[in-house]
Amino acid sequence: MALPLKLEKTHKTPGATLAGETLAFDLSGGLWLPEHRTLVVSDLHLEKGSAFAARSGQFLPPYDTRETLASLHEAVARLDPARLVCLGDSFHDAQGPARLDVADRALIAALQDGRDWVWISGNHDRAVQDGIGGCFADTLTIGGLTLRHEPAAKPEIGEVAGHFHPVGKVAMRGRAVRRRCFVLDGTRLVMPAFGALTGGLNVRSETFDKLFPGGFTAHLIGDGRVFAIARTMLTRD
Amino acid sequence: MRDPRRRSREQFEAAAIPRNRCARYIGGVPKISSPKISFPEISSSKTSSSKPASRRASLPEPSGSPQHPALPAAFAAWFAERGWAPRPHQLALLAAAQAGRSALLVAPTGAGKTLAGFLPTLVELAEGSGKGGLHTLYISPLKALAVDIARNLEAPVAGIGLEQRIRIETRTGDTPSHKRSRQVARPPHILLTTPEQLALLVAHREAADLFRGLKRVVLDELHALVTSKRGDLLSLGLARLHRLAPGLAMTGLSATVREPDALRRYLVPQVPQPAMADLITVQGGARADLRMLETGRTLPLAGHTAWQSMPAVYDLIRQHKLVLVFVNTRLQAEYTFQELWNLNDDGLPIALHHGSLDATQRRRVEAAMAAGVLRAVVCTATLDLGIDWGDVDLVINIGAPKGASRIMQRIGRANHRMDEPSKAYLVPANRFEMLECRAALDAVEEAAQDTPDPRIGALDVLAQHVLGMACAGPFGEEDLYDEVRAASPYADLTRDDFLLVLDYVATGGYALRAYERFAKILRGPDGLWRVRDARTAQQYRMNVGTIIESTTVKVRLARRNRTKPGSVLPAGGRVLGEIEEDFAETLTVGDTFLFAGEILRFEGLHEDEALVTRGPPGSDPAIPSYAGSKFPLSTFLAARVRALIADPFEWDRLPAQVADYLVQQRRRSVLPGPRDLLVETFPRANRYYLACFPFEGRLAHQTLGMLLTRRLERAGMRPLGFAANDYGLAVFGNRDLSERIGREPGFLDGLFAQDMLGDDLEEWLDESAMMKRTFRQCAVIAGLIERRHPGQRKTGRQVTISTDLIYDVLRKHQPGHLLLRAARQDAATGLLDVARLGVMLARIQGRIIHKALDRVSPLSVNVMLEIGRERVYGEGADEILAEAEAALLDEALA
Repeated sequence: MALPLKLEKTHKTPGATLAGETLAFDLSGGLWLPEHRTLVVSDLHLEKGSAFAARSGQFLPPYDTRETLASLHEAVARLDPARLVCLGDSFHDAQGPARLDVADRALIAALQDGRDWVWISGNHDRAVQDGIGGCFADTLTIGGLTLRHEPAAKPEIGEVAGHFHPVGKVAMRGRAVRRRCFVLDGTRLVMPAFGALTGGLNVRSETFDKLFPGGFTAHLIGDGRVFAIARTMLTRD
Repeated sequence: MRDPRRRSREQFEAAAIPRNRCARYIGGVPKISSPKISFPEISSSKTSSSKPASRRASLPEPSGSPQHPALPAAFAAWFAERGWAPRPHQLALLAAAQAGRSALLVAPTGAGKTLAGFLPTLVELAEGSGKGGLHTLYISPLKALAVDIARNLEAPVAGIGLEQRIRIETRTGDTPSHKRSRQVARPPHILLTTPEQLALLVAHREAADLFRGLKRVVLDELHALVTSKRGDLLSLGLARLHRLAPGLAMTGLSATVREPDALRRYLVPQVPQPAMADLITVQGGARADLRMLETGRTLPLAGHTAWQSMPAVYDLIRQHKLVLVFVNTRLQAEYTFQELWNLNDDGLPIALHHGSLDATQRRRVEAAMAAGVLRAVVCTATLDLGIDWGDVDLVINIGAPKGASRIMQRIGRANHRMDEPSKAYLVPANRFEMLECRAALDAVEEAAQDTPDPRIGALDVLAQHVLGMACAGPFGEEDLYDEVRAASPYADLTRDDFLLVLDYVATGGYALRAYERFAKILRGPDGLWRVRDARTAQQYRMNVGTIIESTTVKVRLARRNRTKPGSVLPAGGRVLGEIEEDFAETLTVGDTFLFAGEILRFEGLHEDEALVTRGPPGSDPAIPSYAGSKFPLSTFLAARVRALIADPFEWDRLPAQVADYLVQQRRRSVLPGPRDLLVETFPRANRYYLACFPFEGRLAHQTLGMLLTRRLERAGMRPLGFAANDYGLAVFGNRDLSERIGREPGFLDGLFAQDMLGDDLEEWLDESAMMKRTFRQCAVIAGLIERRHPGQRKTGRQVTISTDLIYDVLRKHQPGHLLLRAARQDAATGLLDVARLGVMLARIQGRIIHKALDRVSPLSVNVMLEIGRERVYGEGADEILAEAEAALLDEALA
């Protein structure tokens, strides 16, 4: 193989750009905007486990919130962002904040301490509007970027969205690797879900054809770094 | 132009099966007992500790003058009218029943087991001792078998004049709900059902009333029932029955097994002290006429299609009345069916039967068999058990036999008269399978059995049962603990584990007490546990059972879109059956593959259906139907194969081509002794290989492959992947293994050291896809994830949350959780076969023979051919991703 492989842990990929802004795809699944010292994370789905227990009697492990916050804590400690944006569906349902464990609530407060914190509302948590620190918004503009939960119907230059939980699958030599990914064309970016118990939608599904009519590059989150992979190299589920 | 053979097959499928005629035919045939010709030997033993030995006297004489002291006149007359006499074991079972004792009847096929099982019940009911209410419960592993037995009971019941007095009904998943309710309110005398239905019945609020007067449970094909989680669930249901109906007697019916004592324990409560049911054994019957099919043609070194032997198989079909052609997988069945029809110049009615086919199509084939209009049926394990659909005069087993008991069961499908020899051929598909066939022939000759060891009851199954018992009514902790331990798989269950299961059922068993307020079962002030509400009980009923089907998609014949040539309409066509989702995922539009005996062209996935059209006639399917066996080689046969290879004096009993092959191997490399492990290393096409031959079955080899890959990675040998089959495995990578082993004494011993089953295994298990699959099954059985939820439509694709993610989170935060323990317990014996690997590693310590070669050896060719055919397991997701990324770079630079 001609290409030298670098498999040591490097947390950032060589930057991509969107609307003139530098993007760094963090190994945690977050988007780092170095020029704005801003970390964006999408679809945390906190308290998803307890939402299932409350609604359907299926007792999923109640550790998803702790796990998600631990990953977030790791990224925050490493990058020390001035601002943190949660890009919607931060809670799995409107009662999520009320079900938070005391320790988890304290973890969130500690993360918010000393930095700006913005909750963008999503379809799961539109009713959550206070009582959990930070400020609330439907969209947020940072430089040339527009941050919102659900991508707009028409492509908009510089849009950063979540909602679809994209995953990419690479199949080679009889092996398949399926990972969360950032999906990017020259116009917009769809972010992977950050939450521990969030499933994924394959980027080769029709949804992504509509979002990216001219094709896209997927940045798959590997074990040691993030890999830029052409749409043609990705397979359906 | 159409292929004339294809047309003839379609005609046959459409018209040749007279449906109404078959129904009458099956209904009128008394298949339960065969005419008296000679009595087999009978021996009975009673070693149950708690009962006095003097009862032995009440058994009838083993042979000689038939005494039927217990047989009422109407029964004796019925036997006499047919010129039959009750067989000694039938009377022995009757005597045991009249003494109120449980008994296990071990007998070969054709011994009249079923009538023996029901005779005591019929006698008691005829004498009027059943006052009404449910008297006998019959449980079979197959619902079709339950239905068939009900039909077959009609003849003797009518013949003895009992049809007005005995009500016999079946209850399966297909029974309409109004009939099920009526069966609880006004039960029949005899109810024939399945383990899942029993679980639902004992969890019913009316269970205590329903079963209070129950006298007997007849368990058919017990040897097949007890080897899985289904057997665990059944044992718990039986434990409940013993409690509800004191004095209940069990009758187990089984084929010959290695350890009948395990089955004897299964039948009776293990509290207050261990006990065993009586044993009644019927010896052998006629010896099977079993041979290996030798065509004189050279067989390949690997592969499972056996195409070289198809003309000979076809000739055998021509020479017999009805032939069952057994294969090991669905894909092999499809391939064999296709090949036989390609040869079928006589237009013989040859049919196909496997589990993925649409149920109505299977029923038609079964009916046609019974009606005697078929000459051969190509089938998988779906016809291993139970029902005698016709007068089979030859069994052919294509591919590796895999286990001695399995092959004997299959042979038993031919000629259901125990006094005439069953006739069967083993057809090896490659040279290794010739070795395996030889070993199986020897085993059958000695009547040696390799049925699996008794199970330790699974904790996920227990969790399901505990919720069911709460649905039945309030229970006390102590009472239920004692009851559960009465079931032999759970006899050694500790109190701590029982309490963990209880806690899991109540609130998920998490260290973080997050779900107390959502608890499914609650302990009241009286100390008794109760189910939370009716919805929880409904959820239990919708998710009962232990059979987790692999996710499948329907295969639907699409209609061509006339307005838009080249495209298809997604609706309207016939459903041909189901294929595994994994397989469907590997198809791209335009691929052709074999299914339901036809070449189909894949047109795409639409919702949860795979749309297909008929492929061009005469074309070859593009997707190879390789697929080895899904049953691993039994330890017992493996040991025999190793012994065969090691002993040149045995080789003259092998076909010449196999002996030549072994001679070649001895010349180019070496042949290992029966306890040795041969390891060969060699370069090939810019890669370096390590091949070894433990003969421990594919599952154990896959686990070994994963562990070796890990260790080689750590040793800096850059492994890329491996492939495994039943006989051995090959690991390949970028570094010269021969050089390293030569340079570093002890490297190889270290590689295969037993400690790999410690930390390495633990570490790997954590990430293993097989472990995740195992966990998923446990999570579904234990109700963590529901298959179905009230208000949702019925499908197997209902699991909306990824169990892989649950697994990851759980193992990080609570590695000792009950379900992770259950999954590890399964892994030890199931998908990963760790237990067997452990025994192997201990065996080979100090017995590894290394051979550094310039090129691949004859023995290694076999496993090398699996590479690229079997899925290659390996590690390093990042290497795959990097390669995909490099392709992007190439594209950019091109």
